[in-house]
Amino acid sequence: MSTENTVVSTTQLDIDQIRSDFPILHQEVNGRPLVYLDNAATTQKPQVVIDALTHYYQQDNANIHRGVHTLAERATAVFEETRQAIHQFINSNEPEEIVFTKGTTDGINLVAATFGRTNLKEGDEIIISGMEHHSNIVPWQMLCEEKGAKLKVIPVNERGEVELEEYKKLLSARTKLVSVVYVSNSLGTINPVKEIIDLAHAQGAAVLIDGAQSTAYLDIDVQALNCDFYIFSGHKVFGPTGVGALYGKRRLLEKMPPYQGGGEMIRSVSFEKTTYNDIPYKFEAGTPNIADVVALKAAIDYINQLGKPAMRAYEEELLAYAHQRLSEVSGLRMIGTAEKKMNVVSFVFDDIFHFDVGQMLDARGIAVRTGHHCTEPLMAHFGLEGTVRASFAMYNKKEEIDQLVEGLQRIVKMMGK
Amino acid sequence: MAQSIDEIQNEIIEEFALLDGDPEMTNFYIIELGQKLPPLEEAKKSEENIVKGCQSKVWLVPSLEESKMNFEADSNSAITKGLVSLLVRVFQDQAPNDIVDADLFFIDKIGMNRFIGTQRSNGFAAMIKQIKLAALVNKERQAIAKSDPK
Repeated sequence: MSTENTVVSTTQLDIDQIRSDFPILHQEVNGRPLVYLDNAATTQKPQVVIDALTHYYQQDNANIHRGVHTLAERATAVFEETRQAIHQFINSNEPEEIVFTKGTTDGINLVAATFGRTNLKEGDEIIISGMEHHSNIVPWQMLCEEKGAKLKVIPVNERGEVELEEYKKLLSARTKLVSVVYVSNSLGTINPVKEIIDLAHAQGAAVLIDGAQSTAYLDIDVQALNCDFYIFSGHKVFGPTGVGALYGKRRLLEKMPPYQGGGEMIRSVSFEKTTYNDIPYKFEAGTPNIADVVALKAAIDYINQLGKPAMRAYEEELLAYAHQRLSEVSGLRMIGTAEKKMNVVSFVFDDIFHFDVGQMLDARGIAVRTGHHCTEPLMAHFGLEGTVRASFAMYNKKEEIDQLVEGLQRIVKMMGK
Repeated sequence: MAQSIDEIQNEIIEEFALLDGDPEMTNFYIIELGQKLPPLEEAKKSEENIVKGCQSKVWLVPSLEESKMNFEADSNSAITKGLVSLLVRVFQDQAPNDIVDADLFFIDKIGMNRFIGTQRSNGFAAMIKQIKLAALVNKERQAIAKSDPK
């Protein structure tokens, strides 16, 4: 196992200090201390993010971009500071290439509705992978249906890795877009996105990278990756829910029609003719989720302050420890054993239903996810209805993995037939 | 004299009271109850016997024997099997009419919604609906048989 980016050798993080930054972690669930291992679904928020939300509503709240009064100026400034922070966070060429969205799903739908509708015609093809979550499947299916285009799927091997040789065979001059996840939410697989992007470009296809699971830990450089679109959600990078960002190359964004009509996205409106605003505002119709955008910057600052290399190093330690400890649980079968993976362990028991495991762990205050993780086709590929998934963040401790293992061993014992 | 639906419910309430609301013990107790259900023949695990609306698979096979209802059930989830076993216990050998009219007060009294969560609560409601529907069909059949004795 190794992550894509460099990993520092020793843990430099003070985990107890980090835990004290997250108020939600200090509570009891069902009479026991909470063990939160559902970070792939959503991450918890540090106090600085919660404070940023409160501060915004207590001090700065005003509508942005149009007001000339002091609060409007302040609100606009902090809103735009987040765009600047994201621009640096993922190294876009300029802040104008960052469009605020409601989250990953919204970003993918935006690209499907604008880039997709403009650039696809009958007979064209879109390629996704077999490990995509529903948000990176359904918008493309809808687009293909509308345009008479075809959706092709890169197969996944038994370890839960995309088969690059098969991908090469799927690519052709008909491929207009490739849309793949950087890190799988169900398996933790880190995909070779650079190779995927280069191969697609060689055929003239654009590439969207779904960065929902990768943005918190991997060093993201959209220029080095040379992806055409990169999308992530605030709530999976320790920021608020309901906000996210879409990166798009300027030349693509400029050619794309607006997504929704309304305020902010226009330059001038008359009943005869409306002209549209420049990017990124062209895609930001209406009053945005200002407070959550503002608080997202606090989350990015928090990550930058801890440092992704240190976060990755610790997260790697947790993952390796989880793999080792879980292998001690009798009857447990790991799903997803990719060579490159991060922060997710997915597993099943042949004779214990995954929901039952989840519910019995909850009775001990342990939060894991059970089910198909919105990746039904991937589950079907493994012949499963679902898995139990434990996913880690840098505030988790090895002791919590011990508690998970202890809980699982107790379940196995109690349900032993 | 067989126990009434209400008597069985009161018995269940007393049993659960002993668990003192401990979620882990309650889960294990429910699983234990499920393990006591007689196994369901593979042939009866058919699509038509599946209870719609459950996340896990639940098979429920109602039948009428000498004017009383009989239920067989199984599930691929041990907890769900335990839950359906509670319903089987409450309704086994009861008259269709009593099942249709039954007020299932034990669900609230044992605080079930608290320890099974929303998704399972919906599935549980679907099981109850299917049982009541089967009882209603048999109640109607009995009424027709009575009014038209050939």
